[in-house]
Order: sequence, then C-alpha cells, then structure tokens
Amino acid sequence: MSNSASAISVRDLWMSFPGKQSGQQIHVLERIDLDVAPGEFVCIVGPSGCGKSTLLNIIGGFLRQTRGEAIVEGKPVTGPDPRRIFVFQENGVFPWLTVRENIGFGLLAKPDAEREKIVAHYTEMVGLGGFESAYPRELSGGMRQRVEIARALAADPHIIYMDEPFGALDFITRLKMRADLVRIWQAEKKTILFVTHDIEEAVQLADRVIIMSRRPATIQQVVPVPLPRPRDLDSPGYLRTRDTIFEAMGMSLRIGESLTSTRAGTPPLPAR
Amino acid sequence: MSGDRAWLKVALPVGVAVIFLLAWDAAVRVSASEVFPRPLEVARGIGELAQKGLLVKYIVASLFRVTWGFGLAVVVGVPFGLFLGWFSLAYVAFNPMLQIFRPISPIAWIPVAILWFGITDLAPIFLIFLASVFPIALSATSAVQNMQPVYLRAAQNFGLSRLQLFRRVIFPSCLPQIITGLRIALGIAWLVVVAAEMIAVNSGLGYLIIDARNAGKRYDLVVAGMVLIGIIGLLLDLLVRRLERFDEVRWGYASR
Repeated sequence: MSNSASAISVRDLWMSFPGKQSGQQIHVLERIDLDVAPGEFVCIVGPSGCGKSTLLNIIGGFLRQTRGEAIVEGKPVTGPDPRRIFVFQENGVFPWLTVRENIGFGLLAKPDAEREKIVAHYTEMVGLGGFESAYPRELSGGMRQRVEIARALAADPHIIYMDEPFGALDFITRLKMRADLVRIWQAEKKTILFVTHDIEEAVQLADRVIIMSRRPATIQQVVPVPLPRPRDLDSPGYLRTRDTIFEAMGMSLRIGESLTSTRAGTPPLPAR
Repeated sequence: MSGDRAWLKVALPVGVAVIFLLAWDAAVRVSASEVFPRPLEVARGIGELAQKGLLVKYIVASLFRVTWGFGLAVVVGVPFGLFLGWFSLAYVAFNPMLQIFRPISPIAWIPVAILWFGITDLAPIFLIFLASVFPIALSATSAVQNMQPVYLRAAQNFGLSRLQLFRRVIFPSCLPQIITGLRIALGIAWLVVVAAEMIAVNSGLGYLIIDARNAGKRYDLVVAGMVLIGIIGLLLDLLVRRLERFDEVRWGYASR
C-alpha cells in the first residue's frame, strides 16, 4: 500500500515499558503497521488494557515509541502539534474557563472579531448555544465532552485523535454524541482516529475498524465498514459487520453460551 | 426545610455563644475571683479602650504588621512554591532544607529578630513572614505536583509557549489550592502577631495583653484583647473564604 498520501502512517512500531523489577520489560505493542487516509474515520478497538490508548498517544506525540516509525502528514512525530488535536478520555476541558473561553483556547493568536466568529460557529455546531458563559462544573458530562470537541474543531486541525471520548457517558448520551460526531465529521472533512473498546460504537462511526489483540497487542484484523451514512442499526449489513468484529475478538453474542464453543484459535473473552 | 436550615445556621452558633457567656459569668461568680473578669466587665473594658482611642489604634497596628508580613510571604512564597513544584530537581535540592526550617516555631526566632531588627516594626513583620511563608510555598508546590496531567497535555497540544503555559494553565489550575494555603497561612500569621507584639513593640493587641497585665493587673483588658483577637481572626478567615467563591476557582472545592 502506498503511503506517501497517508495522513497517518505507522511502520513496524514497537512499544515496551520498564516493569517493576529492574531489567524487566513489559511489551505493549508489537509490529504495528497502520495507514489512515486523509479524511478517513478510523476506529481502533481492542480489549481493555491492550495498548490501543498507548498507540494513540504515540501517534499524538505524547509518548515515544521503543522502535519503528509514526509518520503524520509526511513527518515523523516528535511531539504534540496544534494541527492535530487530541480529545481526552478524562475530559481536558479547563474548569477555570467558561465554555466560550475553552472553545477559543487555541485561537489566542487570532484577532478578537475572528476568534469570536469561530467560537460562535463551533458552539452552535456542537449544540451549546446559550451556554457560552457557563463554567464546566455547571454542565453535564456530555456537554463537557462537546466543549472539548468544539475546542478541538475551532483550532482547525487536520486530524483529530479521540481516546474513548464517550466512555464516561450514559448510553443515550453516547448514541446522540456519535450521531453528532458523524454529522460534524461529514461537514468538516477532518481525519479522525478514534479509540474505543465498544464494538457497536466502532461500527456506527468508522470507515474502517482496526482490531487489536490482547497484550502484547498486534493488529489482528482490519474490517472495512462499507455502509452508507446515516447508518441503520437494524440493517443486515450493520449486524453482519458487528458480528464479524465480535467473532474476531473471540466473543459470543449469546449470553450464557460456553465460550469454548466459539471458533477455535480465537483468544478467550478478556477478563472484566 | 432549606429555609429552616438558614435560620438554624444563625441561631445555633449564637445559642452556643450565649451559653458560653452565661457559663463563664456563673463560673466567675461561684469562684468569687477577685481578678478574673466577668463578660460584662470585659465589654466595659473594650468600651474604655474605644473611648481612649486605643481600640482602633491597636487593631490597626496589629493588622498593619500582619499585612506586611503576610503580603511579603505571598510575594515570595507563591512564586517560589510554583518553581519548586515545576522543577523537580529544584524540589529535590530545596525541600530538605525547607522541612528543617518549617518546624522551628516563629517564637524561637524572637531573639534573632530583635538582634537583627531591634525593637521596631520590622521584628514582628519578620516573624509573621517566617510563620506564613512556609505553608504558602508548600501549598503552591503541592498544587503544581498534583496538577491533573490532562490539563497539561491539552495545553501542550495547542502549542503554548512556556510563559503562556504557565499563565493560562499551570497558575489557574493551582489557584484553588494556593488560596487554601493562603487561608491556613493567614490564620498562623494572626496567631504569631500577638506573640510577636508581646516582646518587641509598644502597640497592638498583643502589646495590650502584656501591658494590661503588667500595669495594674487589668485582667478585664487582658481578656478584652483575647476576645478582639478571636473575633478579628474569624473576620480574616471569612474574608479569605470569599476568594473561594470566585468562578475561576470554585471548581477546585467540593461543593458545600
């Protein structure tokens, strides 16, 4: 696969952390190869603790890999960059700033009038009109996550990295946030690399789903999701894709069924 | 129910104060003490101080020394504490020395303060500075060290310079804990001003207590000084607490 035009290109990437005992190494990622095209929406799924967040943090420039290359927009990653904004699982919205100040955080270099226009635009886009002067502690978890997404978009990055951004939200809010994210992505034409442990979430969002194995994680399978948007969660295509991923991750869809009866060679259900 | 509660918040502490005063009065009467004053005598003592113009003069003198000593401690302690919190090597280098200085009571410094500054206002100001600078610096240090890493990473992502990072993220994220440190330090500063005035100067509430004792065993004025110190301490704490209500820092405190 030619990667000169890739937005993100990861080549033979390895990552290990020093363990508790001296000299011991914990291998987290092994031989990761990955390409993301400009404008593509790619989800990475895998069992909890497999290293998918570590991979995203390396690509985002917050961690340094042990071996191999992470190339973003033609250049090796050396650190975080305002052209690529990270949306954090634990919500990185600044509690001492209002919604308006948070969304405008990356725009300080711009003249006031322009900044205000951009902030107003993205405040509307994420549905926070009327909350401009509110502080994060006055907002729900879902609204805070919208502030962070708007703050990322307002900085006009080429790529947005999202690390389980909806993980702490309730089921209904999560569904709504996904629908809004797809709508925004279609309007803004950003490249999105999205980490989740929720298979349904990945199939609802992504052009392609990358399945990672348990630790030390390798890329186990890449599943394209050639379904039109908006996606029908009852359609045979959706269900088939979802089941493919469930099966690849070694999970049964029938609660109570013995796990040993799933396809031989797949890893067992990860401990919860 | 919430209306009842607001009413109780005033009524309960006032009730406790009244019971305390009555018990105090009864205890003095039962013991038939010639020296220890009854509450009303203390109130009359405060009135007498006001009449002579000493009440305002002494309060202002004490507050003046606290303002200077505490103000200097803020100006030195906050930046130094932030510096130690941010540069871990500086923390490794300075922290043991700070921990050695910190447990030395300001009262132990009194002879040194007199030696260096004589019987001037500078001596108590120096003592108040010493008493409050350590809690202020240490609260700023731990605020930086305990900062949520996600704020730092988000800020780095937006490409802030070091100065912007400090001004827009590190300092505001540490502010709630710094204010808590200021509150503790101001309480200590007020404790120390009284001790400092007992030796070094000829005005202030601490001086009032020692002077009233030495010049004619005026225990009504001794206790008047104590009561005034307590009430002003309470007012100072309420004042600093108001800082915690600002929107920029309210997120940092558990809602109450």
